[in-house]
Amino acid sequence: MEKSVKIPHADEFVILPEKGEKAYVNPHPVECEAPNEQVKKETIFSNLKYLIVGAIFGIVFVKAEIVSWFRIQEMFRLDSFHMYGVIGTAVVTGMLSVLLIKRLNIKTLQGEKVQFHPKTFNKGQIFGGLIFGLGWAITGACPGPLFAQIGAGFGVVIVTLLSAIAGTWVYGLLREKLPH
Amino acid sequence: MLELIRHPWHWSIAGFLIGLTVPALLLIGNKSFGISSSLRHICAACIPANIPFFKYDWKKEVWNLFFVAGIMIGGFIGNYFLSNPEAIVVAPYTQETLQQLGVKDFSGLMPIDIFSFDNLLTAKGLVFFVIGGFMVGFGTRYAGGCTSGHAIMGLSNLQWPSLVATISFMVGGFAMTQLLLPYIMHWVN
Repeated sequence: MEKSVKIPHADEFVILPEKGEKAYVNPHPVECEAPNEQVKKETIFSNLKYLIVGAIFGIVFVKAEIVSWFRIQEMFRLDSFHMYGVIGTAVVTGMLSVLLIKRLNIKTLQGEKVQFHPKTFNKGQIFGGLIFGLGWAITGACPGPLFAQIGAGFGVVIVTLLSAIAGTWVYGLLREKLPH
Repeated sequence: MLELIRHPWHWSIAGFLIGLTVPALLLIGNKSFGISSSLRHICAACIPANIPFFKYDWKKEVWNLFFVAGIMIGGFIGNYFLSNPEAIVVAPYTQETLQQLGVKDFSGLMPIDIFSFDNLLTAKGLVFFVIGGFMVGFGTRYAGGCTSGHAIMGLSNLQWPSLVATISFMVGGFAMTQLLLPYIMHWVN
């Protein structure tokens, strides 16, 4: 752990002495936007609560019709306020919640301090963002809605999901060669 | 009650509930909201191929996979048990433009003209599923997050890099829809 090397934008890694190879030693990847910060150990059973939150979230996705390719088209054609309304309300709700958690020092159910992650800028947010935007407009889905669309019976979206996993994998492969 | 749920929801209700996911995940388990990381965990779990980017303890992040499995179940429940009996109302201008581009069926959440298995091995399938999906996966990881991680969690926490990412998502989307899609639709039809 002591010999960690910081490279710009990248996760911390060390050279494993016995193997002489690079390996990430972080308990979770720094760039992972959804890291697990809970100290208390979680069992498979306690993970079921995330399944339930996900299910509620999936229902909202379908009911709000934001998993619809048509709604994404409307948004990018500026023909409807719907998606802007959904995203805008979500961001305001999220902001107020984060503010309250910080101000009132609200603890998690396990009594732990809530962890937030400052993000550092790198050019990937622009290049990657543009690439994602292009894909978003043709698939009509960001990663979350992909799962909801499959559940909603659009079986062919499994192909889109597999392709998205392939895209993530290729990014991992090429990562050091890409501008960040 | 059920009648009320089956009715299409107003954007403010949906947005509020989606926004509540942020404090819900933080408070039930100290988790930051984000979905595209699930794709990375799947890579790390199934095909790490000795790539440093996929060498980490994905089992610690397994909550994220439970979460996306839940989204899939929610999609099922939402569409089969709570769905609006009437067709989705698409904005007239969008409908008109899409009709000119060759989209005919407006009855479901997704255009069956494009999103059906019949198109899998055609030019449509290549563009809309394979290339589109690839850009979603590659782009979100390159950007360090998607609409949930950057646009909702990142902006909620006032992170300016997330604002940059969100603006880039929108610019990419506008460019595809306004500039490229007409040519693509012409080619695939």
